[in-house]
Amino acid sequence: MLLKHKLALAFTLFLGSILTVNANELSVASWGGSYQHAQSTALFQPAAAAMGITVNEETYGGMSDVKLKVNAGATVWDIVASGSGGCAAAAAEGILEELDYSIIDVSDFYPGLYMDHCVGGDVFSTVMAYNTETYGDNGPQNWADFWDVEKFPGKRAYRAKVDGALEPAIMADGVPIDQVYEVLNSVEGIERALNKIRELKPHIAVFWTSGAQHAQLMKDGEVDMTTGWNGRFDVAKKDGAKVRYSFDQALLDYDGYAIPKGAANKDLAMQFLNEISKPQYQAEFVKYITYGPTNKKAYDLGTIDDALSRALPSHPDNVKLQVPVSIEWYSKWKPIAAEMYAEMLTE
Amino acid sequence: MTAIVVNEINIKSLRQQETKERLVMIGLTIPYLLIVILLIIVPIGWLFGTSFVDQDGSFTFKHYVRLVESKAYYRIFITTFEISIFTTLICILIGYPLTYFISQLPRRFANLCMIAVLIPFWTSLLVRTYAWLVLLQRKGLLNNFGIELGLLSEPLPLMHNMTGTLIGMVHIMLPFLILPLYANMRAIDTDYLKAASSMGANQLRAFWTIFFPLSVPGLLAGSLIVFVICLGFYVTPAVLGGGKVIMVSMKIQSNIELFFSWGAASALGVVLLVMTIAILYIASKFVSLDQMSSRG
Repeated sequence: MLLKHKLALAFTLFLGSILTVNANELSVASWGGSYQHAQSTALFQPAAAAMGITVNEETYGGMSDVKLKVNAGATVWDIVASGSGGCAAAAAEGILEELDYSIIDVSDFYPGLYMDHCVGGDVFSTVMAYNTETYGDNGPQNWADFWDVEKFPGKRAYRAKVDGALEPAIMADGVPIDQVYEVLNSVEGIERALNKIRELKPHIAVFWTSGAQHAQLMKDGEVDMTTGWNGRFDVAKKDGAKVRYSFDQALLDYDGYAIPKGAANKDLAMQFLNEISKPQYQAEFVKYITYGPTNKKAYDLGTIDDALSRALPSHPDNVKLQVPVSIEWYSKWKPIAAEMYAEMLTE
Repeated sequence: MTAIVVNEINIKSLRQQETKERLVMIGLTIPYLLIVILLIIVPIGWLFGTSFVDQDGSFTFKHYVRLVESKAYYRIFITTFEISIFTTLICILIGYPLTYFISQLPRRFANLCMIAVLIPFWTSLLVRTYAWLVLLQRKGLLNNFGIELGLLSEPLPLMHNMTGTLIGMVHIMLPFLILPLYANMRAIDTDYLKAASSMGANQLRAFWTIFFPLSVPGLLAGSLIVFVICLGFYVTPAVLGGGKVIMVSMKIQSNIELFFSWGAASALGVVLLVMTIAILYIASKFVSLDQMSSRG
């Protein structure tokens, strides 16, 4: 029975490999919504045109999808877009190809925005956003305000996953931005953050699972404030959402690109990553969504004006206010913290 | 004498033919059996197998131990059963009178009504779920209407909670109750009711003593289908539950994300499967399960 199953699997894989191996095509998976729209318009499609190849885009659910496909020997994506933490975890799982930095030029990158298995694509922030119709222009300013339901009554939304969820809670509990990961560096510290979330839970109307969702929640006025990714809110604002956010106590992080192990067009994927890492693409990208470039030279082209530059998470004035997300913390604590967080959600 | 001999020969050849036919039938079902084995038995066996495999590939019971030890799983199973039971009950409360009404209409109108039942049934589940999102949200159609008309002073929390999940699920599950129930009610001979009336029973009495008991098999079959499908629901609670209503199927998905492996999710899948089979087994003592398919 098992042999039959294996044979059937081998046959489908064989068919799949005939269908997908095509020297001039790449399959790229990302997160969808306004983020992927920006990637597609500013990066993927122009870079594909410049290289004379075809890029097929898909959306996916994260590195766990990649792991399942790699383990089944059915890697269908040549490139996946992911947050830095997801990349690091996936690299530790051994499901990503090592990137060849002799092909991908990162000499003009900011330090720390690329890893062995993942090259940074943009810098984003996890911020707190509030509805300006509910609170006017003097809405909640920091995480303590987010937790203050007397001063700022209203419905909240919060992330359904642990990533970027404990840091705001621990800051709301009075921990200064430079000690966040120090305090969280123990089960007691994590429990302290979880207890703070338990306190706010009756006021959290929605636990969101995607960027598209938290943008929609603000746009529809379903909640009065939420955590979320800054760029999504700017896009929602352009669409008429009454939303405002600040970088105060926000979490600074970056998104990157990785190549799943066994990708059919690995070499072409490396060249493609080199292409989209070039400053001209990155300078174009910020026009569609306010996520900062990872390549310093993007600013030198003169197409990013001062106002836009100040709106980016990576602007020096904004960086000062934020907590840089610690990949070390996530690689050490995420499995434990994620389980504790999931348990808290069911209470 | 001769007649009996001929008869015996006849019986013999009839028997032979019968065995032959049976063999042919078995032969014809082999492709189907292979498909069932390949597509159902093997994957379930594989699911069962992976639920005992640790991240590093060794044998382990830890995925099951976790299910017992963690309170979260207990709460998730309770939520799942709560939602399934409530959805089934509400479906019965809405579905039974509706089906009764349709079954009493002349054929032509009844068919029109059944089409009205079936059209949403054929519409994508995702589309219907998101449609509820538009209707039920804080500044959605229903709440805005209620406030505008002065019926509500503040918006009702209609979704991102249990209420929204139940509304969405009842809407989606209702046809699964109506279809077998309708077939059952249509098959009830109206002469019985006329007989009851002629003997002096009023309409209510005739309904409760004659019609209702005869419609119970269809009602049970429909309820069972609704309940069992609810146990494995994913999309509707995920969208309308606001991340606070967590059902087993959602936990299966998040376990794959959480543990980066099949094991933890498989164990949960196995437990849900075993529970579902147990429920079907118990139910089969009261309802004949083949009725579910033949009447649906």
